Amino acid sequence: MAKRDLPAGLMSQLFQNTGSSSFTDFVGAYAPELLPRRDEVLATPIGDQVPHATTIVAATFAGGVVMAGDRRATSGNIISQRDVEKVFRTDDYSCMGIAGTASTGLEMARLYRVELEHYEKLEGRTMSVRGKANRLATMIRGNLAMAMQGLVVVPLFAAYDPDRDEGRIFSYDVAGGPYERERFDAIGSGSIFARGALKKLYREGASADDITMALIQALYDAADDDSATGGPDVTRKIFPIVSVIDADGFRRLTDEQVSEYVSQMLDARLIAPDGPIAPLR
Amino acid sequence: MRDKADYARKGIARGRSVVVLQYVDGILFVAPNPSRALHKISEIYDRIGFAAVGRYNEFEELRLGGIRYADINGYSYDRSDVTGRGLANLYASNLGRIFTESIKSLEVEVVVAEVGDEPDGDAIYRLTFDGSVFDEHGFAAMGGQADAVLGRLKERYRESMSLSDALEVALAALTEPGGERPPVEQLEVAVLDRNREHRKFKRLTGARLDRLLAASAATPAVDEPESPAEPPAKGNGEKPPPTGPDGPVDDGSSPL
Repeated sequence: MAKRDLPAGLMSQLFQNTGSSSFTDFVGAYAPELLPRRDEVLATPIGDQVPHATTIVAATFAGGVVMAGDRRATSGNIISQRDVEKVFRTDDYSCMGIAGTASTGLEMARLYRVELEHYEKLEGRTMSVRGKANRLATMIRGNLAMAMQGLVVVPLFAAYDPDRDEGRIFSYDVAGGPYERERFDAIGSGSIFARGALKKLYREGASADDITMALIQALYDAADDDSATGGPDVTRKIFPIVSVIDADGFRRLTDEQVSEYVSQMLDARLIAPDGPIAPLR
Repeated sequence: MRDKADYARKGIARGRSVVVLQYVDGILFVAPNPSRALHKISEIYDRIGFAAVGRYNEFEELRLGGIRYADINGYSYDRSDVTGRGLANLYASNLGRIFTESIKSLEVEVVVAEVGDEPDGDAIYRLTFDGSVFDEHGFAAMGGQADAVLGRLKERYRESMSLSDALEVALAALTEPGGERPPVEQLEVAVLDRNREHRKFKRLTGARLDRLLAASAATPAVDEPESPAEPPAKGNGEKPPPTGPDGPVDDGSSPL
């Protein structure tokens, strides 16, 4: 089964109905060497030596959800990349952001995208939001052995639910999940600060525009206090990645659109460096 | 071998035709299909679409295999490394092998279409039950009275048509002269639109299809051919179709 001799072997197995619509299941039976190995034991934990992705924030708005991520990847005290992308479109109505080991996260996002589309094409219907969230939990659970070796990856998943006409957010821990979050959530090293900021900045039933601004502010607050989170890099024109999902589907804001929000925020912070002040009562 | 081929031809001719043609923004698929659930047209990958006629269970198997092939290659390498040509070759070898080795050949005919960034990059491959591949230019028709449909299509087809014009051409080709057009609720229509992001495949249904049909009816942009398209009927019957459908008459109740 595991033997893969092209092209005759390819054909004979491709045209067999396995009864499962999961791409991972199919590849696991047909060409398991293509899937990331999750069962290796490393001689020493290498968590500190590979780049880490940091802060991701997400919040719902009326009829959808916005996810934003900073652009920094760090290895220990070194900034290994300034413009890394950590928010990925996973299908037309969902996206995920990754925190933790960047390479493992990228690989997971790539496989997850195929997984969702594979189901959709085979079955001729879109997977339910809950189904998508569960599927991602299984993938994270599969990575637990590696997580114990320091290759931790924890994603944040956001999707538009057409049945409810609203955005939904799911978070995970190293052993899986999913945990559905009301209103907003943040993951990664700067998440404590970002979540604190969002607590004060989140508005119930706000527009996508307002929520985007709140997320940009929250990321800035995270970068302010967490050395592993990157702020907007005005000189190099590197801005956070912002993705909006609503009934029209997934769209990623262009750098020009994000730079508008960033420059508005920076102008205000020249006067009040700690950002907007929430009313006391 | 000859018996097998005749058997397959008859099976394929029993159903209804499917038309695939190029328009300015990509490739249009049109299939009269009374079923909402059992599709004759579907998405294989980002730029690749699939259309089939014949036995549903047989072409469904091909479709699923094609999706597995595309997803596994796109995952192993890169999404841009999955091509319509590769898929057509895979289908061709599979169809050819079954035709020569099995007692019964598959009663299917398949189109694999790929949309490029420019019209030059578009490709339409038609595969027959014995594994032959035809690299079609601009348009293809298969199933049912395919020759007659192809004749009408050839007369009306022009390069770089708008979507509504292309739909009009397809419907005209699918309608016998003097016959009635298939009703909207029995049409399966999809496009590979090169202007879409990520996944180019899109089904046109509901209000969107209604509007498009209204637009194509309002602008009879398609020139009626000078001489009405006469199918090679009994009158000048020197060349009858290779094998006529001799199964039950197609009353539209079958999705095949």
